[in-house]
Amino acid sequence: MSEEIVLKTEDLTKHYGGVHALEGANFEMKKGEHVAIMGDNGAGKSTFVRQITGVEQRTRGKVWLYGEEVSFIGPLEAREAGIETVFQTLALADDLDVPDNLFLGREITKWDWLGPFRFLDYKAMRQATLEGLEKTAVKIPNIRNTIRNMSGGQRQCVAIARTATFHSRLTIMDEPTAALGVQETAQVENIIRTLKEAGEPLILISHNMRQVMDLVDRIIVFRRGRICANLDIKSEDISGEDVVGYITGAKTQPEYSDAA
Amino acid sequence: MTDTSHGTGGLAFDTTKRSWPNEMNILLALIIIVVIFEILGQVLPYMDNQSFLFDTRGRFDTIFNEARLQIIILQVAIIGIIALGVTQVIITAGIDLSSGPLVAATAMIAMSFAQTELVNGNPNPKAIFGAWAMDLPVIVPVIIGLMFGAMIGAINGTFVAYFRIPPFIATLGMFLICRGIALWWSAGRPVSFPTESYKFLGSGMMPVFWFLSLAAIFHIILRYTVYGKHTYAIGSNEEAARMSGINVRKHKVMVYMIASMLAAFAGIVLSAKASTAQAGMGEFYELFAIAMAVIGGISLTGGRGSIIGTVLGAMVLGVIRSGFTFVKLDGSYQLMAMGGIIIAAVILDQYRQRNRA
Repeated sequence: MSEEIVLKTEDLTKHYGGVHALEGANFEMKKGEHVAIMGDNGAGKSTFVRQITGVEQRTRGKVWLYGEEVSFIGPLEAREAGIETVFQTLALADDLDVPDNLFLGREITKWDWLGPFRFLDYKAMRQATLEGLEKTAVKIPNIRNTIRNMSGGQRQCVAIARTATFHSRLTIMDEPTAALGVQETAQVENIIRTLKEAGEPLILISHNMRQVMDLVDRIIVFRRGRICANLDIKSEDISGEDVVGYITGAKTQPEYSDAA
Repeated sequence: MTDTSHGTGGLAFDTTKRSWPNEMNILLALIIIVVIFEILGQVLPYMDNQSFLFDTRGRFDTIFNEARLQIIILQVAIIGIIALGVTQVIITAGIDLSSGPLVAATAMIAMSFAQTELVNGNPNPKAIFGAWAMDLPVIVPVIIGLMFGAMIGAINGTFVAYFRIPPFIATLGMFLICRGIALWWSAGRPVSFPTESYKFLGSGMMPVFWFLSLAAIFHIILRYTVYGKHTYAIGSNEEAARMSGINVRKHKVMVYMIASMLAAFAGIVLSAKASTAQAGMGEFYELFAIAMAVIGGISLTGGRGSIIGTVLGAMVLGVIRSGFTFVKLDGSYQLMAMGGIIIAAVILDQYRQRNRA
């Protein structure tokens, strides 16, 4: 398998009891590509992501990350393998500052022989944080402020900045701007563009058609647990209306006709 | 008011300043309280222009009234040791009510292994065990006491972390169990006549030495180690901590164990200071320890608080207690006033938090 393929899934399936939340998803993305996943609520978008990131255990199917077959038993393992997820609900500790949150659970430490009482290397973590923020062009007035004192947009930026700080091999964002205002959304979109320029692969789950058409190379549409369209919006002439057609079920690509 | 950020404005992100520490407010309160008692000493007609903390009568040839300073800190040192552990538990959004009775139980158990064989040439009338447990080196009762504390803490932590019992209930149960153990051990009779080396642990200013050394150690641990960071993270957002790969359950058990070991050590020091151990020891200690942490600016919802804050909180409590005695306020009024002050501290803190948000 080519090194250029970042993520590949084959027949990825998840059943919750009798509910077929995800059925036979075949997916592939190349290095540097930004892919959006769209679909109605309950179409299987989040289920798809949860199988990849090890939050849930799949019923069937295979996943390859950079050509290597993977089967994560938990989100931590996926993260260690280089998949960084920005969740809908922000996983940030409000009373800690920015570097603390970025490095939570994977602190840079010294004197490791002290076990749980090993010391934190604050200086190195602050330095890496500033570099990560610079890379993503995230602006935060004072990184030593606690998260509690930050706006929703700033919080989301902190969550996203984690990906840049840890040189993630694949970033997944689950509706990163759903709860944000106009300006904050623009800020997050700018960060996504920065990631694109840096060649960092990204999977973006979003309901925002304008955002998706603006930002990504390709749209994967889910409907009733199955992929029903794979739209290369950069090279083909596809309008927002077409995409809506796929989402609602008015249209289906011929190669996915069994999904209809 | 403690916020140095300036919103999302055009500030560059290279500012890495730390904001005004919460502890400064408590230090300020401490100074204000001292000033109030100084003024009361001058103003109250029956006080005869006495100074609260300064040596104005040339009794000791020093600037400060050293005797009073020593009493203030000695009074709070032993409960302060408990408060260091309680602080860590509360930072994880928990609570530990079992520490007071644990002090009594540990005091009795530890001292049983610290007895001398002969008292004034006669066999020890309070002997718990036979000759095999007499005149043991001081390290033996200390280790037994600490191990007992660790066991109680492990049980507390296991119930909280693994069986998901609310910390208030789990440690309330342990509160009764420990008091029961203290009464059951030697059937409620005091354990007395410890060895000289055991007595030394609590003699003179030793309790203060233990309190301040342990405070320094745990200040460093909470602030600069992974253990400390994870303690704050769990109290701040347990879900986020779990998703970040922190073993939340294991960590909580460790926190409760450390807290109970500190309470057990307080029991050892208390019994050494008193040269006797009684089942009724440590009454209300758990509440005063919590009060110290609360006055020190801890948040009962977790995530916020510090050892420095708790030490200052202990000092505030000590100064108030000593000050009330200084102005000849009766003990019953002292309790009422202290209760009011604790509530006022929490109200003030909530007000401060609201203004900050």
